[in-house]
Amino acid sequence: MFSDLDFSVAAGGMLILRGPNGAGKTSLLRVIAGLNDVVDGDLQLEGGIKGEPVSGNCQFIAHQDAFKPALTVFENLQFWSDYFGGGDVQLALEAFSLEALASFSAGLLSAGQKRRLALGRLAMIERPIWLLDEPTVGLDAASVKQLQTLMAKHLAGGGMIIATTHIDLGMKDAKVLDFADLGVSGAGVAA
Amino acid sequence: MKSIWSLLKRDLVLAWRQGGGVGTAFGFFLTVIVLLPLGIGPDAGVLQRIAPGGLWIALLLSVLLSADRIYQADYDDGSLELMTLGTMPLEIVAAIKSLAHWLTSGLPLAIAAPLLGFLLNLDTSLVWPLMGAMVLGSIGLSFLAGLGAAVTVGLRRGGLLVSLLVLPLYVPVLIFGISAGGAGTAGPDVTTAAFMVLFAITLVILVVAPFGSGAALRAYMR
Repeated sequence: MFSDLDFSVAAGGMLILRGPNGAGKTSLLRVIAGLNDVVDGDLQLEGGIKGEPVSGNCQFIAHQDAFKPALTVFENLQFWSDYFGGGDVQLALEAFSLEALASFSAGLLSAGQKRRLALGRLAMIERPIWLLDEPTVGLDAASVKQLQTLMAKHLAGGGMIIATTHIDLGMKDAKVLDFADLGVSGAGVAA
Repeated sequence: MKSIWSLLKRDLVLAWRQGGGVGTAFGFFLTVIVLLPLGIGPDAGVLQRIAPGGLWIALLLSVLLSADRIYQADYDDGSLELMTLGTMPLEIVAAIKSLAHWLTSGLPLAIAAPLLGFLLNLDTSLVWPLMGAMVLGSIGLSFLAGLGAAVTVGLRRGGLLVSLLVLPLYVPVLIFGISAGGAGTAGPDVTTAAFMVLFAITLVILVVAPFGSGAALRAYMR
């Protein structure tokens, strides 16, 4: 997929992954999340939650939203909150203005609202590393602003963010890792 | 502990709201039991002899029918990937999801089966032993179904493959389940021994199937 990749992110730092489709941005996020294997190389985390592998320190917002249409917005969030050891669902609802939708079935939401629901997990579950795969897809301008506020808060609290994006997230001091510079062609196939 | 509960609760609620799993399995079971006497003919003696076997086979096929639902939805919507980031190993996730499958399809069927056995002129003295054997055996059936579902989760239309993979593993449960139900055996000694063996088989499945399922799920997500 890709090779000769070397990067580091400090606490409170943000890394933006750029590159053509199929360059391996998502694959890199999946490697960090422990979903794909590292063929050759090393992934290290200093500090973090005690006794947990790197993946146990991560929150992953992938392309798929991982919500059940048969459950309500609240129940969906409550499940993930309980699954990851607790977190205040109210925070997730407030972070993306979903309070009014809490009792609606998640199957009724629009694509953008589903995205906000997925991103809401970031606000309620505390993990130091956020892996965001195209987090702004389908979001309206107001929600992008809310996401920026949330990200800024996370970074200020010493968290890390690694995100793939094609639009400017407006985060100052973010490092950029451009896959196009690595000599990786767009011919790769995303796993 | 909280995450175990939340997952079990979610799966039960989903099964209840969607109705697909329980309803389909139960409907199928009822169809077989109702059609069997019509196909065999009205000879009460013959029906009584085949009743336990017919009930067991109907139970087995009904459990299999809903097997591929155990992981499919969670795999498709990305929930399974997200679950790997939790503190709970995938083996436990697999065990809980199999348990939820048992609670929503195996257990209700095992309880209803001997009662529906009256349609087959089931010997009334066999109702309780049969129910006991079915409740026990169906745990094994659900966990085996979970294993089959995990091995085929990434394949489109894996249902056929699940049947082929799991059917041979169902054979011991069926054989000892029927003997433990008290049908066609020499006496109470044989029944007790068969019950013990069924218990042992179920315990082995309970331990082995979640590990196999966990490994299979992990392999699919790579």
